Amino acid sequence: MASLVGSRVERKEDKKLLTGRGKYTADVTFAHQTYAYFVRSPHARAQIKNVDISKAVKASGVVSVLTGKDIVNDKIGGLIAGWRIKSEDGSDMKVPPHPPLASESVNYVGDHVAVVIAESLDEARNAAELVKVDYKVLKAVVKTDEAMKSDNIYKDIPKNLCFDWLLGDRAKVKEAFDKADKIIKIDLINNRLIPNAMEPRAANADYNPSTEEITLYTTSQNPHLARIIISAFNGVAPENKLRVIAPDVGGGFGSKIYPYAEEVVCSWAAKKIERPVKWVADRTESFLSDCHGRDHVTHAELAVKNDGTFLGFKNETIANLGAYASVFGTVTPTYLFGPCATGVYKMPAAYSNVKAVYTNTAPVDAYRGAGRPEATYTIETLVEKAARELGMDPAEIRMKNFPTQFPFQQTLVHSVDSGDYVGGLKKAMEVADYKGFEKRKRDSASKGKLRGIGLCSYFEACGIAPSPVVMMLGCGIGLWESAEVRFNPTGNVTVFTGSHSHGQGHDTTFAQIAADQLGVPIENIEISHGDTDKGPFGYGTYGSRSLTVGGTAIVKACDKIVAKGKKVAAKMLEVSESDVEFKDGEFIVAKSNKKKTIGEIAFACYLPGTYGEVKSPLPEGEEPGLKETSFFDPVNFSFPAGSHICEVEVDPDTGKVELVKYTAVDDFGTIINPLVVEGQVHGGLAQGIGQALHENCHYDDSGQLVTASYMDYTMPRADNFPNFELGFTCTPATSNPLGTKGCGEAGAIAAPPTVMNAVMNAIGTEISMPATAEKVWKACQKMKKANSEAA
Amino acid sequence: MTKVSLEVNGKKVVKEIPDHTTLSVFLREILNLTGTHVGCDTSQCGACVVHVDGKSIKSCTALAADLNGSKITTIEGLVSNGKMHPMQEAFKKTHGLQCGFCTPGMVMSAIDLLNNKKNPSDKEIRDWLEGNICRCTGYQNIIAAVKEAATKM
Repeated sequence: MASLVGSRVERKEDKKLLTGRGKYTADVTFAHQTYAYFVRSPHARAQIKNVDISKAVKASGVVSVLTGKDIVNDKIGGLIAGWRIKSEDGSDMKVPPHPPLASESVNYVGDHVAVVIAESLDEARNAAELVKVDYKVLKAVVKTDEAMKSDNIYKDIPKNLCFDWLLGDRAKVKEAFDKADKIIKIDLINNRLIPNAMEPRAANADYNPSTEEITLYTTSQNPHLARIIISAFNGVAPENKLRVIAPDVGGGFGSKIYPYAEEVVCSWAAKKIERPVKWVADRTESFLSDCHGRDHVTHAELAVKNDGTFLGFKNETIANLGAYASVFGTVTPTYLFGPCATGVYKMPAAYSNVKAVYTNTAPVDAYRGAGRPEATYTIETLVEKAARELGMDPAEIRMKNFPTQFPFQQTLVHSVDSGDYVGGLKKAMEVADYKGFEKRKRDSASKGKLRGIGLCSYFEACGIAPSPVVMMLGCGIGLWESAEVRFNPTGNVTVFTGSHSHGQGHDTTFAQIAADQLGVPIENIEISHGDTDKGPFGYGTYGSRSLTVGGTAIVKACDKIVAKGKKVAAKMLEVSESDVEFKDGEFIVAKSNKKKTIGEIAFACYLPGTYGEVKSPLPEGEEPGLKETSFFDPVNFSFPAGSHICEVEVDPDTGKVELVKYTAVDDFGTIINPLVVEGQVHGGLAQGIGQALHENCHYDDSGQLVTASYMDYTMPRADNFPNFELGFTCTPATSNPLGTKGCGEAGAIAAPPTVMNAVMNAIGTEISMPATAEKVWKACQKMKKANSEAA
Repeated sequence: MTKVSLEVNGKKVVKEIPDHTTLSVFLREILNLTGTHVGCDTSQCGACVVHVDGKSIKSCTALAADLNGSKITTIEGLVSNGKMHPMQEAFKKTHGLQCGFCTPGMVMSAIDLLNNKKNPSDKEIRDWLEGNICRCTGYQNIIAAVKEAATKM
């Protein structure tokens, strides 16, 4: 039987999605449905003096109006930070309370104050306008680099500082810098982004008064985590009385990993009014209240020898957490960022120091890549600058500092199990025709265009993660993953995974794995996820973990199925277990024609007796049924890596940057389905290029979100991109039996520095993201003036 | 309230609706045709695109009452005799969708393009689909899907 792993299998989930039969949370409507509309703060920072709901409760169709006081009275707990970070001085991070509905203060525009529940959405929305909130408006803290010098947002948190974290050795770095021929310095802003999954967040909670159970449909990447948080921390219902279903989910990119105030409030309210409560964000609500991404201000330095050898690296970053510490908000700028900031290089000494600050803006949390794009942008623009200042080719300086021996102990944390960074960059240079650039540059110049080329070599630590390691680093949960493989009596199979698919294609790729492991045709395998009442507890999908951690759990569960199958087959075939081999779905006895198919074994397992001609002698002590579970905890992170090269053409008269050529060569270890993997790379690239050239979340000085619609926030569109050229190298991961490393975040990690290095190469000066036409034009004018003055 | 009479996916529909009912709300909430998605409120994202008398429009910014007497085709109406439309088949073949949320609008827009132009270039496809935002695919496989469908339509 031909292996399905490695094949371009068309996706099983596509037909329903292509014919309008997908079922997203907003598509779910219950009988006796009510609709929720949230009253949100119009101010970035204010005290709540009074909330008057007297008119709203009397408005047409209104069922209930709930405020922060009701949250307090019902003892509903606040939203949580999931990762405890300690400061360099050993003190714990400082976290303000984050109630699902505010009763004392609001801390960003869009913060939740009250909810109006009515018979129709129109009535809820109209009545929300009648809720009168008396605010005492306070001066907002908005800018990342000014937060520590501004008023304290929370009285117990001086300088608005959550933590001042250090990873690495300052003394060793100083020593290295003292020995350097040259110190390369850079100041960077990693622009704030808004994830913008195309499906706006939504929740629909139904309460069953008979069983006292809440069923919450929600747009989640991680329904099990939502359930445990809403149960254990918010206290809405015990875990066994709360079922969370994340049906089809329209993209997440990190923004749907954790539960938000709206899910807590809808679940709590449904139980209170004993009717289903549905909330669907409009796009502006998404802009205001989805967690945002990035938002770092960084100063970094690289110590080098004149021959280009790296000696040391330091990274001083201020990271904006927004108004509250979100679930992965504190780990994103620390352990997901700091260790990767030394890049793919041998770096004898390094440290990353991160000060995380609160501001009166939406909470900032994981967004595709989460910390690793910020790290890669820092080191890769710095390395490019080093090449420029030393007069070296940017490829040469990278090659010179790549490790060539694996496992490679990276400076700050990770032991990288496998990789071939030299081979990857060489291949990227070939595919991109790196040598031909000068000619293309001349051709562009003849059309009055400035052509630039940019490189980036990256690695990322993903496949998160070994539970003992992350828990030691402050994570409040383990990060193993579960799988249950269930043979039905008729021989088809349901595989339950604790991860979640919201575009990644698990229904297909996980089925490919199970099909190969079990020798069952892929069409007879169903992948089930997203319902806490169906499969075992799991940790969801993010950090390129689903395949590497969750896929391995499937392999392990399949191994157990085969092990049991061997025992049953041996009994049925009247041979000893050691004589039975399993291959392509058949249990065979070598050098004989004795065999049983896995379907026959499954059937026998469910019929432990004799019925007419059917004999099913289960071995003594063996339980009936054929269902196995695995909880897989990885021993290491996985480390995808690669090199990207891009070329841009800049029109100096208009500042317009055209991306003319983009090459990505990635090493994701074993690839299960190239069709799906290429799609993941394309999508990541579009988001990374979006950050570099188009997207920017902007708050004004009073904390109003200026970019709160698609009219104001530039989303990358079809006409913004060329066709990307992809290539792959493969060094399998040694930390899991599949050899996979993860592919979902690579594009978003590598593209920003690749594109910005090309833009800076074209215009000859530094510029910040996004490189909009206005900024580039101004930079070109400045260069023109400087050049003419020099002449 | 206004009485509207429309033909939706080949079936005649007559409903009494509030005047301000948009076509997307009419399809989703009243007819339970939830394949048409709403991704924004400024007529920018294109997830809600359907065909009205054969032409693609954004259903979130059209009033159902204004379209009285029109023929509407939604994503659900493309399947005929159990077979997907060549554009749907092409999206599947080229992996032109991931989360699927923008897909219905993307497919409806792309069909309108090919109805107007048989063999569009990459640039023409990218320009035409500029009004449909996809956050997952980076558009490359969508372009491939439209080219693939062009050979079948």
